[in-house]
Parts: sequence; C-alpha cells; structure tokens
Amino acid sequence: MINAYDKTAASELINEIGASPEMLVQILNAFVEKFSYISDEAIRHIADEVNLSRADVHGVVSFYHDHRTAPPGKRIIKICQAESCQAMGSNSLTAHAEKALGVSMHKTSDDGEVTLEPVYCLGNCACSPAIMIDSRVYGRVDAKRFDDLMARTKG
Amino acid sequence: MSESIKVFVPRETSAVSLGADDVAVSIQSRSSDVAIIRNGSWGMCWLEPLVEVEVDGERIAYGPVTTDDIDDLFEADFLNGGEHKLKLGKVGDIPYLKNQDRWTFRRCGLIDPVSIDEYRANGGFEGFVAATKMGAAAVIEEVRKSGLRGRGGAGFPTGIKWQTVADAPADQKYIACNADEGDSGTFSDRMLMEGDPLCLIEGMMIAGLAVGANRGYIYLRSEYPITREIFGEAIQMARDSGWLSQNILDSGFDFDIDLHIGAGSYVCGEETAMLESLEGKAGVIRYKPPLPAIEGLFGKPTVVNNVISLASVPDILVQGSEKYAAYGVDRSKGTLAFQLAGNIKRGGLVEKAFGLTLRQLIDDFGGGTASGRKIRAVQVGGPLGAYFPENLLDTPLDYEAFIALDGLIGHGGIVVFDENVDMAAQARFAMEFCAIESCGKCTPCRIGSVRGVEVIDRIVADENRDGNLELLAELCDTMVDGSLCAMGGMTPFPVRSALKYFPEDFNRPPGPEK
Repeated sequence: MINAYDKTAASELINEIGASPEMLVQILNAFVEKFSYISDEAIRHIADEVNLSRADVHGVVSFYHDHRTAPPGKRIIKICQAESCQAMGSNSLTAHAEKALGVSMHKTSDDGEVTLEPVYCLGNCACSPAIMIDSRVYGRVDAKRFDDLMARTKG
Repeated sequence: MSESIKVFVPRETSAVSLGADDVAVSIQSRSSDVAIIRNGSWGMCWLEPLVEVEVDGERIAYGPVTTDDIDDLFEADFLNGGEHKLKLGKVGDIPYLKNQDRWTFRRCGLIDPVSIDEYRANGGFEGFVAATKMGAAAVIEEVRKSGLRGRGGAGFPTGIKWQTVADAPADQKYIACNADEGDSGTFSDRMLMEGDPLCLIEGMMIAGLAVGANRGYIYLRSEYPITREIFGEAIQMARDSGWLSQNILDSGFDFDIDLHIGAGSYVCGEETAMLESLEGKAGVIRYKPPLPAIEGLFGKPTVVNNVISLASVPDILVQGSEKYAAYGVDRSKGTLAFQLAGNIKRGGLVEKAFGLTLRQLIDDFGGGTASGRKIRAVQVGGPLGAYFPENLLDTPLDYEAFIALDGLIGHGGIVVFDENVDMAAQARFAMEFCAIESCGKCTPCRIGSVRGVEVIDRIVADENRDGNLELLAELCDTMVDGSLCAMGGMTPFPVRSALKYFPEDFNRPPGPEK
C-alpha cells in the first residue's frame, strides 16, 4: 500500500529498521515501498535521523536504480532487457509495450497510470521474456499476454 | 476421519510467474479433502506449474497445469493419479530430473521449504551437528578436501578462504552470503533459497562455526520478492526453533542472520561493492588488497560466499568430502547447478557433475531451441561471459577449459540464442550494460564502456571500419588490464568473442535494416 509522505510514519519506519548509517540502504528501500519514492523532504528527514549529511544520503539515493526520486504511476511495469529475455524477443515486447501504453522507457504516462522501466534480470530466465508488474513477476510474456496482463491488473 | 490428499503446487517464482498461485487456489476451492503444500521447484521450468499428488506414498506429477485444466483434471480423478494428457508419472522418473547429480538441490522440490520438521526429516541440520562434533579445524579441512570452489563465479577454493578468515585474529568476524544473483540466465540461488532455505542457513551456521563468526548477513537482490518472503519466514522459524540462537545445541556457539535487500544494482554482486552496500553505502567497489577475508564487513575478517557454495557444505560434512570430490573432473570438483535459459525448449535447473559438454546440456536436457531454429550462439556465465559458436559446444564444462577459451563458467548460467541473433548488437549491449551498471570508481570501466558503445556504433555504420575495429580491440585490452574489478575487466569477454566468432555481423553493409 502506497501512502502519502507522513513524517511520523517515516520516523517510525526508520526506528523500526534502525536509525544508523549502516541501515541507510534498507531505510531507503523501505521508503520507496511505503511512500513510492524518495522526496527531498524524505532525504532531509533521513539525514537528520541517521546523523548523516544530506549529501551523504543523496549520494546513496543517486547510486541505486531502485531509489526513485519522483512519484511513479499507479502501476510500475518493468520489462527485462537482459540477454536471456533478449534471446526470446524482449526488444520487440518492449516496443509493443511502449506503443500499447503510449509511454517510453523510464517514463510515466501523462495520465499517471503507468511507469515503464527496464530491469536487468528477474531470475525467471527459463521462462523468458519476463516482466514485473508492481512486485509480481510474469513469465513467457508475448504481446498478447502483455495486453491481457495489463487489462487484468488495471485497478 | 479420512486423511486429506496432499497436493504440491510450487511457491517458487517461475511457477508463480506462470500462474501457480491461481492453480493452488482453484484446486483448493474444488475440494476440501485436499491439503495444498507450497513446495519449491524441481527446476523443470518448462513443466511449471508442475502439480504433484501424493498417491499411495508416491508423488505423481501433472504439468504444465493452468487454471483452465483444473475441471478436466478433477474429471480425470487426478487426486487418485488418474490418466490425463498432462500426467507425467512419478516425478523422480522424469529423465530431466533422473539424469541429474542432485547434491545441493536434493531437497529442492521435495519438501515444504518453510517446515523445520520436513527439513530435519530429510537430513537437515545433520551437517551442523557433525560440525559441532568435528570441530572448526576439521570442518575447514573437509571443505578444503572436497575441492569446493566459489560458485558465485570466481571459483576461488572455499576451504582456503575459510582458513584465511579462521586464521585472522579479530574480536568480531562475519559470514556474508552473496545472493545478489544478477547474471542474466541464472536463477539457482533463487531456487535454492525458495525451495530449501534452511539449507543455506545451515551452511552459514557451519561457516560461522568454522571461522569463529557469530553473525551472518545475506545480501539478496530486490528483484526477488518471493525469495525475500520465503527466506524471511525461514530465518524466523530457525530463530523460533532455536537453530539460530545462543549456545546452539549446547555447543557454546551463537549465530544469527540478518537479511539485507539490494536496490537494483548489478555491481553489488561484486564482493566488495556488496560489503559497501551492506554497510549502508553506495555500492562502489573497494581496492583489493586488503582481501575481505582480512578486512571485510565493517573492517572485520569476513567470509564472502555465494549461496550455492554455502548450501553445498552441509552434505559435504554428512556424506564426506571424498564423495563430493568424486564428482567432476580435474580441478573442477563436485557438482554445479547449471541453468538453461534464453531460447531453449526445456529451460530449467540441471545439477550435474562438472565435465559434461555444453552440447549435452543444451541438447539432452534442454532439447534444443524453443524456436526450433538452429543454435547460433551460447553465452555462458552471465553478461561478462563469452559467446560461443555452435562448433565449440563440445567444450567440457570445467573451469579451466572455459578459461582456456577466454570464457568462464561463472555462476553456471547458459543462455541460448538462435540464428536470428545479431552479434554486433549483443556486443554493443555488453558495453551498454557496463555503462549503465558501472560503479564509476575506475576510468576504464566508467568511460571505456561508453566509448565502447560509440565505437561499435561506428563499426556497424561502416565509418572507418578497420580503424574502429582496431580501436575497439585496444579499448578491450585497456578495460581488461586496467579495470579494478570484473565489471570493467570482463565486459570485453562477450565483445571479443562476438568479434572473433561472428565477424560477419560487424561487416554488414550499413543500412536501416539488419
């Protein structure tokens, strides 16, 4: 469940994980899960709580692909771009998805419905091509199955 | 009261990605006499979701089962092993499984992964019990004698690594398990952690006892949400039942494990980048030396081992190092969980002794390509591994034989491409991936990968092709010789192999169509 940023809830989350620098990556992961992205406000807050500079926290946030800093669409669609999925047509699947959703890779649709992102391996390589919709993995996805899944997971 | 019928439906990612959750719900809703057990996968991914029914003590398999088949299966009385077009017979009789050398994965698929009772009933924790009796020095000696080498990819002898950590004086040591399985074409860590998580926990306990570490960390990639869920439950169960606790079995040995989740960075699979990430920092690699075995996590001596390395150890102590070392060839002892992926008819996990050929794996187990077209290239060992042409498929799977061909076995991932592949595009992707995932610490990797993409683009566009081919060769040399870790240092392997074995793909007339 994605929630709007709430400082009290954020502090609770930090303390639950442990308010120390060594837990920073885990804290940032939890923020993305709970608030869907890491805002400037969140960076300031985390820096205060774990006793690091904002620059330190920003440095970690900017390193990791998962630590998004802008709100995503309602659904996040990740299409695997790695070799195994390439061997089974992930390039054409990606082209189909961009066309069907009207959005290009790394972008969120204008209506805020979907964000399309690349991912480099979901570990489902015996059932390529693989995609992930929010936190669920789907295997052997061709254009038709992609359209069906999009229809089925529409909120 | 009649006992309910046991039906096994995997909770493993590949099975779930093809609808196993819905299949489980659908079967349960049709019959209250059924007890659904969410097991791990046997690794026969092309048969997933593979449903098994226990009939007279035998497990009868049906697959691949979709929700559309459920009515039909009930009509065929599958709960009593009835005939049906999806019936596969006894799971252990399926040749794909029968012809394997199951060691590390012997319980995977068999048991409920989150049941301490089933784990123990199938030999679980016997390795740890043996370790407490043998003592630390004898454990390390057994691991050394087994010939076990790091299954993450580098192939460093596990026993020597443990000895180094054991010999390092320190007030605190750590076991850090690398479950950042980022190589495309690999999923064995995931399958083990989803199918037999307690085996990894036991392996880490043994490592801790052997080197004098009372704390373990697992670094699991974020792309594996189901693994995280199952493994989290397993850690909790091990704590609740006293296996992860203080003074375990009155041995005077304490051990606990923390599960850390990655954040979508490939380079964090490099051991020092992983340690940085475990410390909460950006996954920028460290200079070596000092080795992690001397100064690792938080500056303390640390065993960094892959999931499969650690999970292979309990049975080495139970069955003996000699038995393990009897598998394999030359300096590649034991078994490896190979993973068949990409354009392959029967994709999945095949645990086999080292020494069989690529062709045996791809043809005998994999059944050739999924598309039915001819095989053109096979990438072995992930995105840093070489591409092999069809005429090298008789190469035996042995660490040294692959090194001799400027390739690597790595973590055992095998990705098959059919004749539609454009090898110049694959070489470009290798450089592009390196540019995306480079940690940025060293110049050959950070800048070289970007230049690599540009040079390959110019070659393909026929801009001064000869000059640019020479430049690309030099760039590859610089990256190999000058990079700090395998990311930049091995990205040239797939590029060079594409140039060497598939030169025609770099010499096509320029044009919009390929």
